[in-house]
Amino acid sequence: MSRPRPEPVQVIKQRRDAALSALVESVPYIGFLGITFERRGDEVTSTMHFHDNLIGNPLLPAVHGGATAAFLEVTAVITLQWFHLWPQFESGALDVEAMTSGQMPRLPKTIDFTVDYLRSGLPRDSYARATVNRSGRRYASVQVEAWQDHKDKLFAQATGHFLMPQDRASES
Amino acid sequence: MADKTQLARQFIEAIPHSRALGMELTEIGDGRAVIVMPYDKKLIGDPDTGVIHGGAVSALMDTCCGAAVMSHPSAPSSTATIDLRIDYMRGATPGQTIRTTATCHHVTRNVAFVRAIATDDETETPVATASGAFTVEIKR
Repeated sequence: MSRPRPEPVQVIKQRRDAALSALVESVPYIGFLGITFERRGDEVTSTMHFHDNLIGNPLLPAVHGGATAAFLEVTAVITLQWFHLWPQFESGALDVEAMTSGQMPRLPKTIDFTVDYLRSGLPRDSYARATVNRSGRRYASVQVEAWQDHKDKLFAQATGHFLMPQDRASES
Repeated sequence: MADKTQLARQFIEAIPHSRALGMELTEIGDGRAVIVMPYDKKLIGDPDTGVIHGGAVSALMDTCCGAAVMSHPSAPSSTATIDLRIDYMRGATPGQTIRTTATCHHVTRNVAFVRAIATDDETETPVATASGAFTVEIKR
């Protein structure tokens, strides 16, 4: 019994990067906020690049609480969908080229989202990482943390519940 | 009191992020605020349906709750969100303006408790509701 030769590294990287960018680019609001995602294996970290449109308090200045909430929610939904789709595009069941040309699987829907504001967001880039604590067939629970200068000094964190997209066949 | 309200209105309209999202404050006073946000393609969160991203609704809720706190008779000089929970009942109908009403229902020396509700043209069923706690800074 010989195991199959592993795929060339470029093939793996190209497929995963293409899947992630197709996912991120399909959502206009992510582009509007200027959020990007970076990947290492299946781990993803998002960055909200600071710009003046994100300011909530011009006197301090500080990032708007709503922009922070949106950043956390975007990170939660994309990370949840990323882990949901991962086995499908890795096995070939989901065609990454189809995703790139706009045939995107449906996104999870937010049921509720609770944000904890720990300190004010400074006028600089923010980073976030989400953890999927539970992902069932219908519901998922996701936690997300955001920081700026120091990874251990969070400026906001959130928990949200999501409704997973159902197969059209099982809905009827 | 009237110029306080005027100040709050100007303050909210001077928030760059709220302006970028197209928010407009239509009513304010006595711990209650109403803000509308017209539909815009750049706010889409679900490309399949054209429904606005939950994050944009969060930003609207947060701004509206903050405005309600600022307009409370205790006259805070500033406020910041401590926590905000949003429940999403349904997707806002694409093309329709979202209207949020926030009420500051209790204020202590340091904390304001706020509730908000967002609807679109179909006013009977809410798009989302929010509940949050905000800091209260009083100038001494």
